Amino acid sequence: MELLMAVAVGILFTIGVYLILSKSLLRIVLGTSLLTHGVHLLLLTMAGLKKGSAPVLGKADTYVDPLPQALILTSIVISFGVTAFYFVLAYRSYQALGTDEIDSIKEDKE
Amino acid sequence: MLHVVNLLPFVLAALMLMIRKKLRFHMGWIVLPLPAALFLYFLTKIPAIQSGDKLVDSVSWMPSLGIDITLVLDGLSLIFVLLITGIGALVVLYSIYYLQKQSEGIRQFYIYLLMFMGAMLGVVLSDNLMVLYGFWELTSISSFLLIAFWHRRERSRYGAMKSMLITVFGGLAMFAGFNLLYVMTGTYSIREIVAQAGTLTDNAMFIPAMLLILLGAFTKSAQFPFHIWLPDAMEAPTPVSAYLHSATMVKAGIYLVARLTPLFAGQSEWFWLVSLTGLFTLIYGSFQAIRQTDLKALLAYSTISQLGLIMSLLGLGSAAAFFAGTEEAIFYSMATTAALFHLINHAVFKGSLFMVVGIIDHETGTRDLRKLGGLMSLMPVTFSVAVIGAFSMAGMPPFSGFLSKEMFFTSVLNIRGFDILSSGFWMQVFPVIAWLASVLTFVYSMILVFKTFGGKLKQDKLDKTPHEAPLGLLLSPVILISLAVVFAIFPDLVSVPLIEPAVASIHTGLLAPGATFGVSIHFWHGWTPEIFMTLGVITVGVLLYKGYGRLRVLDREASGRNVLNRMYDGSVHLLEKGSRRLTDAYMTGSNRHYLLYIFSFMIIALLAVLMREPGISFGMEHYAPLSLYETVVVAIMLLAAFAVPFAKSRVNAILFTGAAGYMVTLLFVLFRAPDLALTQMIIETVSVILFLLCFRYLPKLKKPKEPLRFKLPNLVIALGVGITMTFIALAAMGSSPFEPISEFFLKESYHLAGGKNVVNVILVDFRGFDTLFEIMVLGIASLAIYGLIHLRMEADLPQPQ
Repeated sequence: MELLMAVAVGILFTIGVYLILSKSLLRIVLGTSLLTHGVHLLLLTMAGLKKGSAPVLGKADTYVDPLPQALILTSIVISFGVTAFYFVLAYRSYQALGTDEIDSIKEDKE
Repeated sequence: MLHVVNLLPFVLAALMLMIRKKLRFHMGWIVLPLPAALFLYFLTKIPAIQSGDKLVDSVSWMPSLGIDITLVLDGLSLIFVLLITGIGALVVLYSIYYLQKQSEGIRQFYIYLLMFMGAMLGVVLSDNLMVLYGFWELTSISSFLLIAFWHRRERSRYGAMKSMLITVFGGLAMFAGFNLLYVMTGTYSIREIVAQAGTLTDNAMFIPAMLLILLGAFTKSAQFPFHIWLPDAMEAPTPVSAYLHSATMVKAGIYLVARLTPLFAGQSEWFWLVSLTGLFTLIYGSFQAIRQTDLKALLAYSTISQLGLIMSLLGLGSAAAFFAGTEEAIFYSMATTAALFHLINHAVFKGSLFMVVGIIDHETGTRDLRKLGGLMSLMPVTFSVAVIGAFSMAGMPPFSGFLSKEMFFTSVLNIRGFDILSSGFWMQVFPVIAWLASVLTFVYSMILVFKTFGGKLKQDKLDKTPHEAPLGLLLSPVILISLAVVFAIFPDLVSVPLIEPAVASIHTGLLAPGATFGVSIHFWHGWTPEIFMTLGVITVGVLLYKGYGRLRVLDREASGRNVLNRMYDGSVHLLEKGSRRLTDAYMTGSNRHYLLYIFSFMIIALLAVLMREPGISFGMEHYAPLSLYETVVVAIMLLAAFAVPFAKSRVNAILFTGAAGYMVTLLFVLFRAPDLALTQMIIETVSVILFLLCFRYLPKLKKPKEPLRFKLPNLVIALGVGITMTFIALAAMGSSPFEPISEFFLKESYHLAGGKNVVNVILVDFRGFDTLFEIMVLGIASLAIYGLIHLRMEADLPQPQ
């Protein structure tokens, strides 16, 4: 299972990076979003999968590692904040500059 | 006491700032008493130094680094401090009449000059290498300020910049050399380093230290090929040229070589480097001097050449160290005596010659040899000073230059017998080059006098009607040049009290205790080979002077073609242009390029570490079994993600991303993370709604018309990142050297925190700070979004529709 997850994370990274390298602002924002999914799944996978029940104390003998879950939860919220901000930034820059092509938002050299 | 002496110029420079800008009398009169008093003070120290004493004065500065301000006055330092203060006083006197009282920046002029004087005293008095280095750079800086004194002139700024770049380059090399010495010996004190002299020669850092220090000395003392800054430094006011660029600062390198001779002498590298560099500089400088048409440029090249002479004599003198304890040591140490004697002579006649040129410039308005002539009868006093100075420079009797020239010839003839390095042929070269250089020196000295003062007056080419300079302007050169005559007739006036102790401090350990070098310079030695060499110099020199107009090599108009200067200019230009091109090439302003650099670096660095690290294992034994349900979810997630780059419309792209996010939610459910699943689902929903709300205002997603050469690198980099991350994930899962700490959270969650949902307990209890700042992140993000939408500079941006 971990092997599959590792490959899946690799693919998510590939698509995320490919989108980030493109010209359109919207695609870049979506790319970061996919990249974030990759990172979260990587964090979860690295702690080991299916080693017990959910980390809510009850009658089970073993539980899965709760620490990565806490970390991921924090990360989800932060990346949501950042993505929302990016998105509004893209919206505003399109409104102000009339383009969403990243290369045409360059500052003039002179 | 030495500290006070060294500090006084700086104190006075600071006080100058408080003086009113407009004074009823010339500001130089305030400065003049200081160098004069210091000169007298140092004169009173002669008897003590002569009897072999040293004045040592120490103040603790940075004891933990071994840096203390230790000032030592010994024989070698004494010569230099007398030169600095004595010529300093005369230069100040000269500048009072040379610079207009009302001229702007006169206060700065004296502040810089005093700074320089203090720094130069510090260089020659310091015993601590770091303190010496500090003062050394301070001389570079004050020299820079003085060269660019007329800072509105382009040439002044160019000359100042050039001298700064070259001398600071050498200074930094020297700094490195000093630190190598510290690493070898554990001390910065010159005296303590010299005491360990014999034990260092096998050290691997010994030769590099020597080379680096010599680089500093050669750049400061304008040795070939670092001499190029000196002719351009002639844009400085003439008192500065006379003081810094003939008598004092350019001798700092000479001082350093002499000071460290006890450490390095006896090394054949030192002998060859110092003496051959000096010899080549001597002949090159004298050859270039003939071709100049500007008087100050002629004197600049002459200074270069004479500095080469002194440097080569110091190199020849270091031969004495090969014969420590024998009679031959004394025999070869004659060269050092000659070096010191010529050092004094050169300061005397070159200082006065610069002042003479300043007077000519002052009275005629030009320094161009092609416009000058026939000043002999108009300016008799100036002419006399020039004749004595030039003949002394050429080494003619009855002036002091004659004596040092004879001693120079003696030294180069003696060195023929120095066969310890088994290079008999090369030793023969010394007298030949020395003689040739003397002929050239003779020629340019004659040019200096007779092209300026001889011939006819060319009044039509002059702006002013030339006449004799005022008395005040003549005072300093006359005093200086009379010394050239006095030293010639009574050479023991300087040799016994000054040169003997100086030679003793350069050649430590050569003498039996109590013995002296018995330095005695005689005006007449009888019919020695040196006399015949001098006669030859005069004969050939006169012939060459008569005929040099017909020799193409010496063509003055061709003297503009200076390869070394062009090389310097070219390399500065190239450096500037090259850096600009390099920066322009990679700082393209395109975000994508920077991301490409970042990602490629990341791939290369991570993969390289993974390849090289042998301990990484890809163990599969702990893996959970593959199950169909999860496999299907992963497959759907990947399909959705795959679809995003190919989506034709904005809505589709957003929805595909959302689909991938929901699949991640499902994975969280399957991997037993209920809180994550909950959060992810809510946030994914909110994100998609946000995207859908906004997308109406975004442009239509154009089918990307990106050419293949745009897409291909992106794909390669993206694949690289993906593969790297997969490898890292596998490597990290394969090896886990530590037990996770989660057991603690699972065990203590209920006991300590009273909660059964361990993830939530961690978030708000065990690691509550994470949550606090995560809340702040959200707060900041919402504030920023609010600001983006509502706040704008009315003038800058178009209004929203």
